[in-house]
Amino acid sequence: MSKYEALTGDQAVATAMRQINPDVVAAYPITPQTETVEFFAEYVANGEVTTDFICVESEHSAMSACVGASAAGARVMTATSANGLALMWEVVYIAASLRCPIVMSLVNRALSGPINIHCDHSDVMGMRDSGWIILFSENGQEAYDNIIQAVRIAEHPDVLLPVAVCQDGFITSHAMERVEVYDDADVKAFVGTYRPKWSILDVDNPKTYGPLDFYDYYYEHKRQQVEAMEHARRVILEVADEFNRKFRRNYGLFEAYRLDDADVAVVVTNSTAGTAKVVVDGLRAQGLKVGLLKPRVFRPFPAKELAQALRHLKAVAVMDRSIAFGSMNNAGPLFLELTAALAIHGVHIPVADYIFGLGGRDIKPSEVESVYRDMLRVAETGRVERLVTYLSVRE
Amino acid sequence: MAQLKGWREIPIGGVILEAGNAVEYKTGGWRAFRPVFGQAQCIHCFQCWLFCPDSSILVDAENEKMVGFDLDHCKGCGICASVCPVNAKVIRQAGEKVNRDDPRLCIRMVEEGKAP
Amino acid sequence: MATKLIPKELAKKPDRLSPGHRLCAGCAAPIIVRQILAAIDEPVVVANATGCLEVATTIYPYTAWRVPWIHNAFENVAATIAGVETAYRSLVRQGKIPERDIKFIAFGGDGGTYDIGLQALSGALERGHQFLYVCYNNEAYMNTGIQRSGATPLGAHTTTSPAGSVIPGKQQMRKDLTAIVAAHDIPYVAQAAPSQWKDLMEKTRKAVNCGGPAFLNVLSSCNRGWRHETYETLELTQLAVDTCYWPLYEVENGVWRLTYKPKEKLPVEEWLKRQGRFRHLFRPENRHLIDELQAEVDRRWERLLALCGEK
Repeated sequence: MSKYEALTGDQAVATAMRQINPDVVAAYPITPQTETVEFFAEYVANGEVTTDFICVESEHSAMSACVGASAAGARVMTATSANGLALMWEVVYIAASLRCPIVMSLVNRALSGPINIHCDHSDVMGMRDSGWIILFSENGQEAYDNIIQAVRIAEHPDVLLPVAVCQDGFITSHAMERVEVYDDADVKAFVGTYRPKWSILDVDNPKTYGPLDFYDYYYEHKRQQVEAMEHARRVILEVADEFNRKFRRNYGLFEAYRLDDADVAVVVTNSTAGTAKVVVDGLRAQGLKVGLLKPRVFRPFPAKELAQALRHLKAVAVMDRSIAFGSMNNAGPLFLELTAALAIHGVHIPVADYIFGLGGRDIKPSEVESVYRDMLRVAETGRVERLVTYLSVRE
Repeated sequence: MAQLKGWREIPIGGVILEAGNAVEYKTGGWRAFRPVFGQAQCIHCFQCWLFCPDSSILVDAENEKMVGFDLDHCKGCGICASVCPVNAKVIRQAGEKVNRDDPRLCIRMVEEGKAP
Repeated sequence: MATKLIPKELAKKPDRLSPGHRLCAGCAAPIIVRQILAAIDEPVVVANATGCLEVATTIYPYTAWRVPWIHNAFENVAATIAGVETAYRSLVRQGKIPERDIKFIAFGGDGGTYDIGLQALSGALERGHQFLYVCYNNEAYMNTGIQRSGATPLGAHTTTSPAGSVIPGKQQMRKDLTAIVAAHDIPYVAQAAPSQWKDLMEKTRKAVNCGGPAFLNVLSSCNRGWRHETYETLELTQLAVDTCYWPLYEVENGVWRLTYKPKEKLPVEEWLKRQGRFRHLFRPENRHLIDELQAEVDRRWERLLALCGEK
């Protein structure tokens, strides 16, 4: 029997980790992910899991130990944020290329500098081409559900890629919410037993992991990663299907909220999607045809599906919680990808980008509403006045 | 050189499944000097085996005999000759400079292309 | 019954490193690896930091390793082997795999150990993983073309501490990493050299059976970087030992012990003059560096003798 508990987002992730009971967790504390590590350390200390917890001396070593443990055939998890992820960087790529199905809770926080411990998405956007599967979560429930699904996605024999599950630092990581926690046995049954393809501990059949690749084979190994990402598109949906049936949820590549008959929509990830839903409801009450698209899967990027879902709209605003500095119009990464997807798939509608919430800057419903109002005007005129807006920055 | 394989044909993640398949790669061509084994002098102490960086000393382990060199892989560094106690004794007793290809040595280093 | 440390007996076991690797002719690193792996009868799993040994032994699709082996990156071999070792303990404890008395070994060069990998090493030692870390120390970044490291001795010419007309080679002494590791109070720490093969093998056996983290700092001559003939490899490490530049000792559960005392302590010059990287020190204007190096060798040797209760 599942039960409802009041959990912070960090605690929800720790709860999922307790139920998954991985063989090895290697992690280092960093705000705002620290709570997860603390809760998990308690589970270890109290014998609620059989996990070996490596309390490493840095995030670089956290990811390095995860790679070693994963190569040894263990089910492996970690958690980090911002600068911690940045320190892992080198090994983040290696984890993907060595095909280690590691699951990481990534509590999104602004990258330094200046140093800032609050939410934005500059951390995850830096890893977007690293070969990891990336999932976003609106709240603690979704972070919990995504972590459970991530294990299955990562370990699928056709995938064997690491997965990062994002949620917003402090906004959801530290906010107490009502989370439906499934029965331990049900979660264990869902994630099943990990059967590694190979293990470095198989001393009778010695294998070499991580050799030197020259120009003659490096490219072929990268091509294999592309194939795994392509398989992940299918596997993510298969796992979601099974999860939805088992736990009565509705996961897919993205969530469409009152989008079917909408004229304009906002595309935004993580917690701000929750704020946008409230705004949508308010505007709908005024008879305005607005909707929301909340991407869940960012890698692999569901370009075709997103384009299809937005095809009928008269205007779309992307809200980006990070800046791709020096990119086209200094836009945000989500905007850049989405506009490319729309163009490639023949969807020619006005699109604008709104950068918001950097370094934890609060995003108010009124500000989201202003974005919708802008888009309603664009829908009328068919013209985007300003391609990229830095929402609520002081001049 | 093995035929280059396509991405569908090789194990994922760069994993190499055949332990020690580097034997297929011949490094003998690097050699400028070739070790030559003086069977008669050899005391079969296995010092050359112990110090060879290229595992290129061929031994009959069962009968505890040094039998020669794996010239497919030997790079000609000459460490075998330098650690050979028979060579050391010959040099000590000679009381003069002994060439590396002196026939009195147990392991001689002969320039590649020249007759032993 | 462990295999006797007699070459003829050791040769009866399969070689755990195959020929066909592409380390330079006369390189000491594969000698050290072969000796260490031959000393261990139990199954081993090896992790390797980026460096000459890693690169030259595993050029895809070839591997010279006949034992399970992993390379992750440059600075993280200690963390990588910590992950492997922890996974092993976890899986065994949970009954998921059988216990096999596997010995876990990390190999790193001096760059990967003294410098960029020191933090990961320190962390893994402090956490008490059961593994042996072997630093094959050739005293510079040889893989990238002979750049100075924290292990490079005073006065040595490297490509980033060149012997110039104003600055004659490296201006600093090497750090004493073995003592730094010993300060972690792990069960076993030792310094060794491949020329003293039996000493190295005995230390290896103690190290992998000490019940905790162990560290071996093994001097590894590089004829390209040190500038000597390919066949002089072992003579050079022997001279380093006999000049007391590279003393052989161990620290077992906090007890320091000299494992080899030269009959006659040779002047460090005897070692220096055999290597091209020190050639410039023999010019009159640079000779003071030899004196300084000698004074430092003497000082460290005296300190070691005191630590080992030899005086």
